[in-house]
Amino acid sequence: MTYFLQNFVNALQWGSFYALIALGYSMVYGVLLLFNFAHGDIFMVGSYIGFFVATGLVGLSAVGVITLPYWLILVLTILISMILTAFVGMLVERVGYRPLRDAPRASAAITGLMIGVILETLNLIMLGAERYKFPELLQTEIYELGGVSVTNKKIMIVFVSLLLMYLLNLFVMKTKWGMAMRAMAYDFAVVPLMGIPLNTIAALTFGLGSALAAAASILFGTAYPVMDPYMGVTIGWKAFVAAILGGRGSIVGAAVAGFILGFIEIFSASVFPSTYRDLIAYSIILFILVFRPHGLFGQEHTSKLRL
Amino acid sequence: MPLLEVKHMTHFFGGLRAVHDFNLSIEKGEIRGLIGPNGAGKTTIFNLITGVYQPTEGEILFNGQSIIGLQTHEIASLGLSRTFQNLRLWRHMSVVEHIKMARYSKITYGLVGAFFDTPQRRREEKEAEEMAYHLMDELAITHLAGQIVTNLPYGAQRRVEMARALATEPDLLFLDEPTAGMNPEELAQMMDIFRQVHKEFGMAIFLIEHRLRVVMELCDRIQTLVFGEVIAEGTPEEIQNNPKVVEAYLGKEDIH
Repeated sequence: MTYFLQNFVNALQWGSFYALIALGYSMVYGVLLLFNFAHGDIFMVGSYIGFFVATGLVGLSAVGVITLPYWLILVLTILISMILTAFVGMLVERVGYRPLRDAPRASAAITGLMIGVILETLNLIMLGAERYKFPELLQTEIYELGGVSVTNKKIMIVFVSLLLMYLLNLFVMKTKWGMAMRAMAYDFAVVPLMGIPLNTIAALTFGLGSALAAAASILFGTAYPVMDPYMGVTIGWKAFVAAILGGRGSIVGAAVAGFILGFIEIFSASVFPSTYRDLIAYSIILFILVFRPHGLFGQEHTSKLRL
Repeated sequence: MPLLEVKHMTHFFGGLRAVHDFNLSIEKGEIRGLIGPNGAGKTTIFNLITGVYQPTEGEILFNGQSIIGLQTHEIASLGLSRTFQNLRLWRHMSVVEHIKMARYSKITYGLVGAFFDTPQRRREEKEAEEMAYHLMDELAITHLAGQIVTNLPYGAQRRVEMARALATEPDLLFLDEPTAGMNPEELAQMMDIFRQVHKEFGMAIFLIEHRLRVVMELCDRIQTLVFGEVIAEGTPEEIQNNPKVVEAYLGKEDIH
């Protein structure tokens, strides 16, 4: 039982990362019917932006320009990185995807992969191959609860993730932009007839998805501080799998499937040798998809004419 | 000044001439009809005027202002709304949400309003709600307000689409085969709704129809389009008796 609970806690943490990243894939798919394959690399960009923001704030505090407690630096780092990375995401949409809005979907998919390579390479050129380490903003504290060890970081990661998902849900359900995003997911062509600017909503969707990826990357950095230009690739693909498992375009699906993926991975590793983890975990997901090809929360998409 | 004026509009899809030298002038409050066989280019004309396509040649003036090159949402904001031949609803959104969406540009509350339910949000939501219920009453769909549209019968979905178009408060409403697929009873109800809506809101209507009965009863003037060209224009009586129209619809009178 203790063993189970211990894994449960770890699964929640990994599920949080996957869910936050998967949301970005799913939202963009819902609105524009394309997968942004550069999303994993946006996670990486978010992490580096976070690194510089955090290092800058720590430096300023050290020389006494401003004196901020570390927890506040962490909060500010998350917020500032989310905003800056949102702009990166909007730039990617503007430069990479908007000109291809009417192109075949395969072209847009290739664009995403290329933008990913460009972001990775730019990072290498600007910062070199040396690995950076995310500054330690939160001293690890370990709590023993009935034999299960829980760190303050894990609690913070899960709490912040759930909070962001709650805020995203409020945004999508209550604001006019969220309402427009939902409408676009069902029928793209009618939305401008309501006087709604499609490009603004598309950019906003990219921005939101990227901001969530940035938040995920900072949370990730507190737990796994080593950074490199390719850090977004594996986690990005895994979150993509979660987005598919949840059902393309489904926001709830992406969040739930992110956690499911975390659970499957952690529990596979707890039962089988950890080198088999991905083999077993992804076989299970393949198996689920054979029976639910539209994902857990996906609806069958009738083909739509997109004007 | 006419509300909408189209002058010498021509459009090519690659080498195919879809619309040739199309002219149109719609006055405020007028009901216009556009008839023609399948593939004549009727929907293309709608798409050209509403900014989905850019015409190869010609001029389009709305309230005297050229609207060529404007984006669809900009044209919509000027007061031109439309419905579609095949229903284009947001399947899993409720009826009332469909209508509220048309208030997009009138909603001014932002994140703070949405997250903290400010008085501003409450006031604007109340206004939107009132307008939505007024329109739903008009179209006899109030009892369906909270329903997800995909569950509704076809005739009701058509009305939702109509309500959504009306909610943008258009000066000119384009209706693309609004009675397609309706049974005679639904058709009669829909005709009553058109009359009632036109009487109450007084906007101009430009109507594409296959069913001659609908255009004959509703329209002030009718154009007949065949292979992208207008072959006849006039009042319903004139059109009905025009040999060219009869030929386009039924074939030549005597075949040798």
